[in-house]
Amino acid sequence: MLYVTLLLDGIAYGMVLFIISVGLTVTMGLMRVVNLAHGAFAMTGGYVAATLVKAGVPFFLAAALSAGAVGLLGAGAELTIYRPLYRKGELAQALMTFGLAFVAIAVLTMIYGARLEPLPLPKALAGLVDIGYRTYPAYRLFLIAVGLVLAVILWRVIDGSLYGARLRAAVDNPRMARAVGINVNRLFTVTFGAGCALASLGCVIGAELLPLEPFYALRYLVLFLVVVGVGGYGNFKGSFIAALTIGMIDSAGKFFFPGVAAYLLYGIVLALLLWRPHGLVPPRSAG
Amino acid sequence: MAGARLGALWHVVPWVTALVVYYTAGGYLSLGTNVLIMILLTLSLDLVLGHAGIVTLGHAAYFGFGAYAAGNFAVHVHNGSLAGLLFAGALTGVFGLLTGALILHTEGVTLMMLTLAIASLVAEFANHAHFLTGGDDGLQGIRMAPLLGLFRFDLYGHTAYLYSLGVLCAWFVATWRIVRSPFGRSLDGIRQSPRRMRAIGTPVWRRLVAVYGLSAAMAGSAGALSAQTTRYASLSALSILVSGTAVVTLALGGTRRLYGAFLGATVYGVVQSFAAEIDPFRWMLVVGLMLMGVVLFAEKGLMSLVDLGRNALVGAFRRAARR
Amino acid sequence: MSAPAALSVRGLCKSFGALAVAQDVDLDLAPGARVGLIGPNGAGKTTIVNLLTGMLRPDAGSITISGAPIDRLKPEARVRRGLARTHQISNLLAETSARENVAIAIAERENIAWRLLRYGRRWGACLDEADAHLAVLGIAADADRAAAEWPYGKQRLLEIAIALALRPHVLLLDEPAAGVPALEAHVIHEALDHLPADVAILMIEHDMDLVFRFVREIVVLVQGRVLTRGTPAEIAADARVRAVYLGRSMA
Repeated sequence: MLYVTLLLDGIAYGMVLFIISVGLTVTMGLMRVVNLAHGAFAMTGGYVAATLVKAGVPFFLAAALSAGAVGLLGAGAELTIYRPLYRKGELAQALMTFGLAFVAIAVLTMIYGARLEPLPLPKALAGLVDIGYRTYPAYRLFLIAVGLVLAVILWRVIDGSLYGARLRAAVDNPRMARAVGINVNRLFTVTFGAGCALASLGCVIGAELLPLEPFYALRYLVLFLVVVGVGGYGNFKGSFIAALTIGMIDSAGKFFFPGVAAYLLYGIVLALLLWRPHGLVPPRSAG
Repeated sequence: MAGARLGALWHVVPWVTALVVYYTAGGYLSLGTNVLIMILLTLSLDLVLGHAGIVTLGHAAYFGFGAYAAGNFAVHVHNGSLAGLLFAGALTGVFGLLTGALILHTEGVTLMMLTLAIASLVAEFANHAHFLTGGDDGLQGIRMAPLLGLFRFDLYGHTAYLYSLGVLCAWFVATWRIVRSPFGRSLDGIRQSPRRMRAIGTPVWRRLVAVYGLSAAMAGSAGALSAQTTRYASLSALSILVSGTAVVTLALGGTRRLYGAFLGATVYGVVQSFAAEIDPFRWMLVVGLMLMGVVLFAEKGLMSLVDLGRNALVGAFRRAARR
Repeated sequence: MSAPAALSVRGLCKSFGALAVAQDVDLDLAPGARVGLIGPNGAGKTTIVNLLTGMLRPDAGSITISGAPIDRLKPEARVRRGLARTHQISNLLAETSARENVAIAIAERENIAWRLLRYGRRWGACLDEADAHLAVLGIAADADRAAAEWPYGKQRLLEIAIALALRPHVLLLDEPAAGVPALEAHVIHEALDHLPADVAILMIEHDMDLVFRFVREIVVLVQGRVLTRGTPAEIAADARVRAVYLGRSMA
């Protein structure tokens, strides 16, 4: 029964990672841009939501509004500073987005200060729920539910909608997609913005697990990159599985090997990436 | 051949500048030493990232490793500076060879993530291994014997500065030769096209591991200098901030221009120290904006601007000489 | 007993899922051979080259050079056994000068490319030999310029120069005339005419003029399988080959 609890903890954590990282994996797979500022976008959403909540806005509305705001911010950034990067190669992208992350950390510190920023959950989520053999935090169940719902929605969108078809085409072969009349540029902008909006949402609802502070952008960047790397760039299904796996490893590690939990995580990530450098889950198209 | 002689003259400028700083810096000499150490770290990154094309965001792991190695050596074994430096450099080099051998089968973004993972592992280990690192408090009680038995490490940092300058000079000469050697040229080829290099029989992995180990030894030396001259080693030496700063200074100065490391580290060091006095976080803003600016507008770094200035100067000089 | 074949391939097979790109391919190249590998687009010709060089791992089959198996060797190791290739799309060190592109290959061949110390004289010898290789192909001019600055036709010749500088036993030419404007193609043809006589050459080409002029044996590959092989005259007369190319005139 203990294992069930650990499993749930791990899945909840994994869901947060998934929601934040899914935007990054699509961006890296689609635009093949190394975006080290992804955590910064997530974090910005968290701070916007925290400010709204402090001003009296209800939690869920704040989450939605901040996601929208960050989505627009992301789209704007894509149009202005990310566009020139596509041609410049991985190093330039890594550097510039790294610089962007620095800027975000600095700006948010100047506005909010360097301490942890509280993002209080609504009362509805703060309680315990009876799940049969014990009571369990409603918050974690909420995370799991939201994660599943989002995963299903994204899956339907990517597999079933016209936008999704265009997205997949552009990921597989951007030049061909353009030739067929897909407005790849607009696709990039919309997708980047959507990815940032999702990251913001993940940061807001996951703030109990990943506390909000200015260094959030770089502190958890490794985790997001790991989810993307282990799942495979552009591999939506892979990032889902990778996020859950990482979440469960982390929660199991923290319980069974409290001292070395972090080693375990990074060590396993190391092993996984060495074993399958292209990601754990083979992409849709073989070869 | 006046051009060649003129070219050799430019070499003198950075070193003369360093000596001028020694005599004029006054209270800022310890900042100068920090800049010299930063230059060495950036140089090590230029070798592995600029020349060989290994995108690493975890080079601080080797800087910190060297710092703790030198610190522990001074505290537990022998507090001679050169002995500690050699020990730390060599040990870090071996560590670099081992980790490099592990991860250099991969490339691109996966490799970058692996460097991050390794750096995280090292930082975690340091966090736990209190007996080696002192944990959050850092490694204290480092007391260095006089350099070469003659020069005491004085409070004003005179010995520290010249010591660091000497070490930097030695590594600079080594790097200069490495870059121009067939080994260095093959690395440059690997950066441009690993596929092409495999097609001519280059053992790519072996070369990359070798340069990674060399670079680690260099970064470890920088860390050792840091521990020896400040008599302190802390966990911050292993942080992503140090890795990021090294990358920033490299980009600022310009990759594959060995003096770029000098320029980038100096600009960064000066900006950071003055800006940090005003506002601890404003310097992050400035550095972040500088980095973005460099990538978007001056891709070859500040050295390319120096080139422009230099070419203009040389052109004017030639025109004047012709009259 | 005759000398072992320079290159010998038996039963080479490779599939990507349900798609079989190489099925039971056999090849024999004697030293000095001039063999052309032709076939319609998608026949698997470049796949064969990638299997030979080691970029792809075969599902079955064996590859030997001068009698020694090379199946387990990485691509760079196969080069040291005497296998060199040119690429269908020029794959040069773009920022490096043409001369150095060749010199680095020579340095690898001579095993001095790892050197950090005392390399001056030996590197100089590599540069000199590089000039010689460039001169043989008539591209010694502009040897100082970056390879990316060369016109594409000369880049193709530079590819060949680099491959030759490795002094291979077996040379794989992957569409050497590809991308070269028709007006300049004769330069490539002439260069190929003067390749060393003792090197076994396997050439993939679509340019039938080049194939018929240059090779002494042709292997026809269709959907990963060897359809037939023979002299150029035999292949030109073969109705099946004509059918495969669907009306392409090969007279």
